[in-house]
Amino acid sequence: MSVSITNSKLIYDGLKACDVKLIAALPETWLVHLIRMADEDRAMTLVRVAREEEAIGIAAGAHLAGVNAALLMQNHGFLAAINPIVSLAFLYKIPLLMLISYRGHMGEKDPWQTQGGLVTEPVLRALGIPTSTLTIPHDIPRRLKEAQTLAHASLTPVAVLLPRELMWEEA
Amino acid sequence: MRTSEALRAIYPELERRIIVTIMGATASELYALGHRPNFFYLEHSMGLASSMGLGIALALPAEQVIVLDGDGSLLMNLGTLSTMARYKPGNLLHIVLDNESLLSVGGFPTATATGTDLAGVARASGTPRVLEARTVADFKLAVSEALASHTLTTIVTKVEAVAPSSYHMDLTLLENRFQFWRCLRERRRAP
Repeated sequence: MSVSITNSKLIYDGLKACDVKLIAALPETWLVHLIRMADEDRAMTLVRVAREEEAIGIAAGAHLAGVNAALLMQNHGFLAAINPIVSLAFLYKIPLLMLISYRGHMGEKDPWQTQGGLVTEPVLRALGIPTSTLTIPHDIPRRLKEAQTLAHASLTPVAVLLPRELMWEEA
Repeated sequence: MRTSEALRAIYPELERRIIVTIMGATASELYALGHRPNFFYLEHSMGLASSMGLGIALALPAEQVIVLDGDGSLLMNLGTLSTMARYKPGNLLHIVLDNESLLSVGGFPTATATGTDLAGVARASGTPRVLEARTVADFKLAVSEALASHTLTTIVTKVEAVAPSSYHMDLTLLENRFQFWRCLRERRRAP
């Protein structure tokens, strides 16, 4: 069992095709390859934050400075960042491209992930955040581009959920 | 030293640089001194002015970015000190106006009133330059030195917890946001 390198690479290449130049991230098991790829890419500014709230501020700053940013976080990190998503991103009409690893849903073995898994989609809906779930590898580039396009056109945050079937390979 | 005196002393240094300020007294005092399109007032989202400043500084390495932070805001996001220190953008100056209170929401004392040393936290986080100032003259000198150093600096200065004569700002949030965004865009095109 391991995190899919193939699909991580497809996601990373999709972000590059979206001209993403800055990634703010907090590590999570399913995100290890994505974060490593960003770290090894000299053309990418990777900001490793201590808490996901900071990442919302950093991405907002990058947007106002004209740089395309993306966020990598676990769904519990998304839950930790709700206030700035509401009172910075929505309040100031800041587009955010949030890639969220969707832990605690079908197939989850870690008990501590399950409560966050239950509330992730309801909270996204309650906040009115457009959400796309990546399930089919060959759809990844198009869906990432569409998510970014909507974020920029609507000037709101959008979420791209990275589910188990995409990120985790049962050997 | 009052916040208004501190800001007036360094206003010539702020005028042309990219400024991100916290809400409340700091925002309204800066606005009263003279709004500029390169000033962004972060109303709400306490603690994230420094994160926004970091994002801008990393995105625009040719610009100097100054964050006007407060003790209450910084205490809500102490992790930002470690994140800024990790990337050490030399074009970022982080100023903390420490009035030891949550002035705009009733004046309740913050932990700096009972001994928390934000300059010490900044130093221990790995910030390459940390300066402290008590007087207007010291503060002005610290800001000039920090800007000339092109090294990530946090300046902590104690200020009196005195509310501004008015919190009114004739500038809507979105007006400020789009004006600031356009200003940065024009500066990128014509450096």
